[in-house]
Amino acid sequence: MKLTNRSKVVSDNKEQTGMEKLYLPGIIKGMLITGSHLFKRRATVRYPEETRPMAGVYRGWHVLKRDENGAERCTACGLCAVACPAEAITMESAERKKGEESLYREEKYAKTYEINMLRCIFCGLCEEACPKEAIFLTDRLVDTEYEREDFVYGKSKLVEKIDKRIDVSKRQTLEVAEFKKLPGLKHNEVWEGKNLNKGNKH
Amino acid sequence: MKVTIDGIEIDVPKGTTILQAARLIGPQVAPPAMCYYTKLKTSGGYCRTCIVKVTQGSTANPNPMPKPVASCRTEVMDGMVVQNFSSPEILEARKGVVEFLLINHPLDCPVCDQAGECKLQDLGYENGSAKTRYEFKRREYEMIDIGDKIKLHMTRCILCYRCVKTAEQITDKRLHGVVHRGDASEISTYIEQVIDNDFSGNVIDVCPVGALTDKTFRFKQRVWFTKPVDAHRNCDKCCGKTRVWLKGEEVVRVTARKDQWDEVEEFICNSCRYDHKKTSDWVIEGPSPIHRNSVISQNHYQNLNELKVQVMKQQKALGFMPIDKKP
Repeated sequence: MKLTNRSKVVSDNKEQTGMEKLYLPGIIKGMLITGSHLFKRRATVRYPEETRPMAGVYRGWHVLKRDENGAERCTACGLCAVACPAEAITMESAERKKGEESLYREEKYAKTYEINMLRCIFCGLCEEACPKEAIFLTDRLVDTEYEREDFVYGKSKLVEKIDKRIDVSKRQTLEVAEFKKLPGLKHNEVWEGKNLNKGNKH
Repeated sequence: MKVTIDGIEIDVPKGTTILQAARLIGPQVAPPAMCYYTKLKTSGGYCRTCIVKVTQGSTANPNPMPKPVASCRTEVMDGMVVQNFSSPEILEARKGVVEFLLINHPLDCPVCDQAGECKLQDLGYENGSAKTRYEFKRREYEMIDIGDKIKLHMTRCILCYRCVKTAEQITDKRLHGVVHRGDASEISTYIEQVIDNDFSGNVIDVCPVGALTDKTFRFKQRVWFTKPVDAHRNCDKCCGKTRVWLKGEEVVRVTARKDQWDEVEEFICNSCRYDHKKTSDWVIEGPSPIHRNSVISQNHYQNLNELKVQVMKQQKALGFMPIDKKP
């Protein structure tokens, strides 16, 4: 069935010209095009031996940071979740008990913290909203999975390991770093591993 | 008595304060108040956020008042002319007042349960500057349990005395008050005595900051993840009309209903507040009115149609046209 009148007949038992009948010139022309690519820049890389460079501010797999003592920075304030346009973040908070001061930075902490990586659009608004410097997006890619529920990342996949810290200093511009040195912003005492103003509160 | 506030004239009976007259006109002229509470006698006069400028004392004596006055404690005179938001001097002075209120207030809003419905947060956002100039140690206290249901976080207190007056006037016996003087003042119970009264829970509702919080709600949810609905039940102790904060089907918190000025409409009893945490305990009347600029109304999408209309209006004003209608 013909749907439109726009289709054009390109070759309908068109007679070949003398040049085309010779066959060889066409082959040579094609081989020359193919051969010329040997001397051009390669369009691909030999992945996985070689990887393309990634931008330092690439927005991928989130990390929940720990502070200089290894305590979790997140205090479950919920600002990331309310800022999230995709509503990918959920959390439950709990009160820190006596003796857990080395585990959690503040009086309140996130008992569960989940990001649905299928919902997440990697916009970085959670990072922007966070008042505690706890959540950052990193240049790690989210793994592929077989099941949908495996994409709901809990704290085990989000909180950084104490012995395997994740560097996020590239994500912070110079202006931000300067701003964080203000004495009023006490929760930002650590910048690039240096203690700017000692004397802990809370 | 005729009084003009920010250029708007209103006729009020004798004995009305400037603040009440301004509230009668509406929120566009009403000064913010942290300590004044309509339902509590002798409240007001502590926080100084409601200061206004009186440019004309009265018709009989048209001289201006020499200093800004606390509008919650100053009664109107016939022919009085008052400036609130229209006076840059007052805005500057109020900014100073906010800075003073925030001197000892900790920056722990991410931890505090009051965040999102805190009057000091609103006040700081509207009047304060983003930076603090204060570099000294803030005053700190240990947390105290007042009874098994109320937590007193004295560090956050701004000493508005509302809770003391509530305990004095709403409950029959006052067990807590303010001890010490000046900077060292502290809300305290007599040797941490348990407040044991049916209406003691109301001190939580009157507290403008997160100093007195509900222990049954402590760290359970952020207010903006909950859905407030007006509900009632038959209660033999109080009116039974409350605001129930739901998370899904679960009742996470029960508070009294609050009006436009964030003041409790009717005080509720402790049994309504703490002991009825099932949806089946309540007859739900409908969603509570929440200001659309409040963080509590975030992500609830009730006003999606309204939002659409607004966006269309803005686009029209800017000369945008939908793609499919472009010539």
